[in-house]
Amino acid sequence: MTALAELARLIRSKNAGPFELTFDIMFETEERYLRVKKSGALSREVVAAKYGLAPADVKFFFCDNAYAIKASIPRPAIQGDVLDSDGHGGQQYAPLMDIEVP
Amino acid sequence: MNTPLADELRILSPTGVCGSGFIESSFERGLALQPHVIGCDAGSTDPGPAYLGSGRTAFPRAAIRRDLRLMLLGARRLGIPLIVGSAGTAGADGQLQFMRELVEEIAAEEKLSFRLALIHAEQDKEYLRAKFRAGRITPLPPAPPFDEGVIDRSEHIVGMMGAEPFQRALEGGAEVIIAGRASDTAIFAALPILRGFPEGIAWHAAKILECGAAAVVNRKTPDCMFAWLRKDHFVVEAPDPALRCTPQSIASHSLYENADPFRLIECSGTLDLTQSRYEALTDRSVKVSGSRFEPADRYTVKLEGAEKAGYQSILIGSIRDPYIIRQIDDWTTRLKDKIHARVAMVYGDKLPRDQYTLVIRIYGKNGTMGPLEPVKEIRSHELCLVFEATAPTQEIASTLAQIIRHQALHLPIPEWSGLITALACPYNHLDRGAVYRFNVNQVVAPDDPCEMFPTDWVDVGGAARKRAAA
Repeated sequence: MTALAELARLIRSKNAGPFELTFDIMFETEERYLRVKKSGALSREVVAAKYGLAPADVKFFFCDNAYAIKASIPRPAIQGDVLDSDGHGGQQYAPLMDIEVP
Repeated sequence: MNTPLADELRILSPTGVCGSGFIESSFERGLALQPHVIGCDAGSTDPGPAYLGSGRTAFPRAAIRRDLRLMLLGARRLGIPLIVGSAGTAGADGQLQFMRELVEEIAAEEKLSFRLALIHAEQDKEYLRAKFRAGRITPLPPAPPFDEGVIDRSEHIVGMMGAEPFQRALEGGAEVIIAGRASDTAIFAALPILRGFPEGIAWHAAKILECGAAAVVNRKTPDCMFAWLRKDHFVVEAPDPALRCTPQSIASHSLYENADPFRLIECSGTLDLTQSRYEALTDRSVKVSGSRFEPADRYTVKLEGAEKAGYQSILIGSIRDPYIIRQIDDWTTRLKDKIHARVAMVYGDKLPRDQYTLVIRIYGKNGTMGPLEPVKEIRSHELCLVFEATAPTQEIASTLAQIIRHQALHLPIPEWSGLITALACPYNHLDRGAVYRFNVNQVVAPDDPCEMFPTDWVDVGGAARKRAAA
């Protein structure tokens, strides 16, 4: 098993507008991308569980030509609202880093 | 590269946001490639609701001026249009006026003259009420609830214009266009679509261009991007020879700040990237083909609004005592009770509990992720606490912060007997002024793509031009 963070060249989170948060998991090589894609270690359900959501609330994509996996969720708090702690949504990806990939 | 206009259209994007900067030598190289238009986005919701709410700009005036000056000089030297969208961060009327003043100031200094089109994007509240009553305002999920109260409470509501208002200005002979809130891509797609290039090519090239050099492999600093649009493909390359685009870097760019990487929604339809092909043309330029555009059944304009959430004061403090750290949740729960009790004692019925908000952020525990933080155990030897009071007036928010400080300072724990001082405060409390929240994520269906975006025409440096002609 290998941590997702060790296989990816970049894991990031960012606002996709004020109401959605999006995660990009990007790989340097097709081989590493396919290893993660085929393993099933990263899925709509896994992202939903990490962020306390129902799977139906998660948008999930495999981007073959970019060697990237993408997920988008409704923002936990609307950007900049009183309870929001991360205006750019840039530090919400840490729970994805230690996902174990076979 | 000197093929006739009908076969090729060249676009220079100096940077991702006007005010974030670009390297002047890259811009000169871009100009040497003979673009037909220079485009630049000048705004975003990313800096937060305060800019739409308050009318301020996220980038400093001097930095916006530096970029704008170079772009104006470059565009006038080549005699090509300069298009700037989302003026002054949020693109409301005051921010459009701010950009107009900068443009006129620079033009006077540099003795430039040109026909300027100013396209408004701030929405008239009566217009929106009428559209709402007609059932022509609909949510873009996930959207907050919308009704006439939202329209009334909003400080500003802007519409995100599509390509058509830009095209109307170009057809009217605009040499410089400064627009309020606009789709970033519409700034770049307007001219090629007007000239008959396929919309799939135009919108996809625009999507790469709107972020400047963000789509390169080795981004160092905000910088320029250049695109050659042809009838069945486009090519992108960064003017700085040190920057490289690869098929992977260009394909990856459609992920950035987008919820869906394959379907990008514009006013007039959807850019579909599922069939896009990315090929390396050289080791630093990429050829893109196969992108398609599906026209929408109904033309829609996205609305953005911000309302005042109240006035805020904050207090920053830290805790080093391991006894307090090990019971921090209990300590903050007891603290909140004490604060609310003290507020009730001070204000009585004049400040009901639902009229103010108290938030305690605990850095070193879950300050970044709040309840979503999966790590529950605190390993820090110190914690930073940020206390936030949000209230109907600044005076009340400030009073609350003073109450918070005194209550937090001396809140006892069982391990010590006697008066403790539990919080290390580097500063007095800070008054933040008005704070805002985004309150609209709806679309409106206009009768015409331009009806929400009236244009003012200004003959900048007109007198100078007349003198030169005499």
